Amino acid sequence: MIWNSAGEFWAMGGYGLYVWGSFGVTFLLMGGEVILAGRRHRQICESLQMQAMTRDAVQDSAQDWQA
Amino acid sequence: MTPHSNVLFRFAAPQAFYGLAGRLWPWVAALATVFGVWGLWTGMFVAPIDFQQGQAYRIIFVHVPASWMSMIIYLAMAFWAVLGLTFNTRLSGMMNRALAPTGAMFAFLSLWTGALWGKPMWGAWWVWDARLTSELILFFLYLGFMGLTASIDDPRRSDKAGGLLALVGAINVPIIYFSVRWWNTLHQGASVTVTQGSSMAQTMLWAMLLMALSFWLYAIAIALYRIRTLILEREKHTQWVNAELRPEGAS
Repeated sequence: MIWNSAGEFWAMGGYGLYVWGSFGVTFLLMGGEVILAGRRHRQICESLQMQAMTRDAVQDSAQDWQA
Repeated sequence: MTPHSNVLFRFAAPQAFYGLAGRLWPWVAALATVFGVWGLWTGMFVAPIDFQQGQAYRIIFVHVPASWMSMIIYLAMAFWAVLGLTFNTRLSGMMNRALAPTGAMFAFLSLWTGALWGKPMWGAWWVWDARLTSELILFFLYLGFMGLTASIDDPRRSDKAGGLLALVGAINVPIIYFSVRWWNTLHQGASVTVTQGSSMAQTMLWAMLLMALSFWLYAIAIALYRIRTLILEREKHTQWVNAELRPEGAS
């Protein structure tokens, strides 16, 4: 192990702000992108399912009316 | 036609690619995580301190992979643009839309981590140096691509316009890469080159390459994931999308 203590690790030899600012924002953005992509996919699936259900309902009622 | 190209053309159909991407992305994402953890461990706990830059050099483990990916993704977009413009394949435009946000993110991260590295080493967050300026232009090209494609409603025309921008903008990528050789820049030269190998210590190099591999796999995984959403949106009026989305048990 190259570090003697946890404090030494977080301090990064006095460059903590720069090192953790780089790694922190990198993982924040990558994690955020994953969450946004997942949310967008679910939204699209739900709205398309809703449209399909509405279409089915309209077709059904049209058939009832014709009968 | 050879069997090989048959396979390629089969998966160029959005419906076939939707299934393929759905099967692939979890594995690619898992691999990205494995290499990411391995790379972080090597970079933060195994690689020694740098004799010139102290611990600040560890920023390299995100800065270089993010910068490489920002350029590689743009080249990938130019490649899909060529395919799309010559063969009129529908998937190419969607592929570029799936890639652009991730490319923009990596270009931003390259600038962000570069600023955080530049401040302690050069004493400045930003300088109008050839390397930095051309990377900033790359970031704007990504934003331009996303804005342009989003502003044209007709998907075919939108894909075509986006493809042209991706193609013309690709000239900027070699400019970024060679800027440190062509001009006198404050930015240091390449630490790893194809012709001369590496000037870094073994473990440092390993950590950086593992992180680069992880970011690369991450970009592939998120693009495969995102293109599925785009395919559903585009093909929403087709039979197969209806069948795909129909809740279990419904007729």
